[in-house]
Amino acid sequence: MIAPGTRVRVRDDWPETRGPCHIRTPHYLRGTAGVVTRHLGDFPNPEDLAFARPALRLPLYHVRFEQSALWPDSGRNEDILVEIFEPWLETEP
Amino acid sequence: MNLAETDSGRLLAALRSVLAAKGIAAPDEIAERIALTDAATPARGAAMVAKAWVDPAFRALMLADGARAAESLGIPMRGMPPLGVLENTRELHHLVVCTLCSCYPRAVLGYPPFWFKSTSFRARAVRDPRGVLAEFGFVLPETVKLRVVDSTADYRWMVLPMRPEGTEGWSEERLASLVREGDMIGVTVPQVGV
Repeated sequence: MIAPGTRVRVRDDWPETRGPCHIRTPHYLRGTAGVVTRHLGDFPNPEDLAFARPALRLPLYHVRFEQSALWPDSGRNEDILVEIFEPWLETEP
Repeated sequence: MNLAETDSGRLLAALRSVLAAKGIAAPDEIAERIALTDAATPARGAAMVAKAWVDPAFRALMLADGARAAESLGIPMRGMPPLGVLENTRELHHLVVCTLCSCYPRAVLGYPPFWFKSTSFRARAVRDPRGVLAEFGFVLPETVKLRVVDSTADYRWMVLPMRPEGTEGWSEERLASLVREGDMIGVTVPQVGV
């Protein structure tokens, strides 16, 4: 379990280039660093559910990203909060 | 057979009969879910917002567990995704979008407005959120932090707007009449006399 306040990075991974898949991690966040704000609960992995495969329950987190980390020309007083499943998050040492 | 060219009514009828034949969903279960979906309107969310403005205990419950708060007002939430509630303050404003598809808290807001599902809203809400708000006629002061909430997974999100000034002593019903669906998505804020 990742504790609130932990700095994380979204995996810079592109499964859609390798074949059919169903991903709930938006492309604009891949490789971006953010902060876990809350564990929202555990939910069946949508990447398996979408193909009617047995789906493990995975921890789902709210992760906050500064808009300026995403878009260099964005306003500074803006951020974005996104639900992300644990396997997509790397904790930084 | 080319599915893309097949009459959609026939396709739907075929799908329903397969669901019934396989025991996945009986016709009366489908009818019940359609009736539940059709019955939901933004008036439900507005009633929750108005109650939160006058009842601190309800407000606390709503922020902790939106689905339980909705159920306590008789809104059916069985089988619905968890409902998260985002509280606007003088320092922080929330804007909800689903960039991946069109996830929307239908149980409390009904069918989403057409623009919520448009690719332009979904892309621009994360890329230029203040610009999008301005196009809805809502200029958010630069001093207020804008938090975009991208609804990507199992929760559905609604915004709890701030109670507008000039509503002191109003009844819950009158307060609820101020709250529009856009206020609970975060593209606008409730206003007196609009």
